[in-house]
Amino acid sequence: MGAGIGAGLVAIGAGIGIGRIGGSAMEAMARQPEAAGKIQTAMLIIAALVEVIALFGVVVNFMISLG
Amino acid sequence: MNSRILKNNHLKVRSIFLAIALGLLFFNFSFAQSESTVEQAEEAEAFNPGDMIMHHILDSHVWEFWEGATLHLPIIVYSKERGLEIFSSANLYDEHHNPVEYKGYTLEHEHIVRTDGVHVYDFSITKNVAALFLNSLVMLLVFIAVARGFKKNAGKAPKGIQSFFEPIIIYIRDEVIKPNIGHGYEKYVPYLLSLFFFIWFGNLFGLMPGAANLTGNIAVTATLAFFTFVITNVSGNANYWKHIFWTPGVPLPIRFIILPVELIGVITKPISLMIRLFVAISAGHIVILSLIAMAFIFQSYAVGIGSSIILVFINLIEILVATIQAYVFTIFTSVYIGLATEEAH
Repeated sequence: MGAGIGAGLVAIGAGIGIGRIGGSAMEAMARQPEAAGKIQTAMLIIAALVEVIALFGVVVNFMISLG
Repeated sequence: MNSRILKNNHLKVRSIFLAIALGLLFFNFSFAQSESTVEQAEEAEAFNPGDMIMHHILDSHVWEFWEGATLHLPIIVYSKERGLEIFSSANLYDEHHNPVEYKGYTLEHEHIVRTDGVHVYDFSITKNVAALFLNSLVMLLVFIAVARGFKKNAGKAPKGIQSFFEPIIIYIRDEVIKPNIGHGYEKYVPYLLSLFFFIWFGNLFGLMPGAANLTGNIAVTATLAFFTFVITNVSGNANYWKHIFWTPGVPLPIRFIILPVELIGVITKPISLMIRLFVAISAGHIVILSLIAMAFIFQSYAVGIGSSIILVFINLIEILVATIQAYVFTIFTSVYIGLATEEAH
């Protein structure tokens, strides 16, 4: 059960992190549409970094669930 | 005239994309079907998702491409009195894939041990080693073709495989390596380009059905991170070491506090690279395998179809993650090399 709760918390963390990145990226692209390409590239890279931390949690929960 | 050519190309791209998407969708269904009939044949064997997932993530001496097509890889062990012994791993399994003893060697949790307890040095070609060789072979074939094309088309527009890889190579060199390393970047371009393409191809091959989880193996990523560690610290100039040991521009007592922090930083930077790539790729595979396992846990066609559709999109995301993780590893390595070689300002 701990693994289940942990996996849920990890999802919350990833969701908040990537949501904020996406939000600021949208705002920045709306302010300056000609920089949209650069902003999109940077957004994808940082989202990948945040997502990796969430995946740490997924792997740890998975190992706990296996016992 | 120009607008008609442009519209034709647009339609061609769209139909290729549609063909690939439908192919992936069909692929998901076809493999799920064949696995379910096998599961019914092995009755009374409860489906254990944890075992199935770990079996696909971890290394093994047997490479099972799909049900019925297995490749028993050679086992190469060295131990004190017996010396070097090479034999096929088929000898270590019986018909029901249970480990048996052969010539005094047996498998315990996929590790070769000797029945009399003497330590063995295991140099076997395992699934990941074979995948590494395959990856290197593909890289050699691709880049020898690209180099040949570059020499042949010198001064002209690129053709064939060169036209696909040359923009990527130039992008990595001009947007990733050159701005981050700055002066003297040419020395590091061959290694960094090889690093990017090795990780990229390794990630992409790992996503194919029946493939080995090469870059999701912590030993492989540890080796790549170790190379980064060695290259960064060997090319560190006096300014770099001065910043670590005797940081300029801060009050004297703070320098003693900064010293252990900086020394730990020298080690944690490659370790973070290692863990990032390992976790990203392994967790991606675990997510995909868990979605496949859901169909077998629920034993329902509806769940199977639903999870297959979700799997198509998750697979596309994993292809994106494969590229991004290769890019991130390369850009962080070039940033670290750049930090190590920058002059005082």
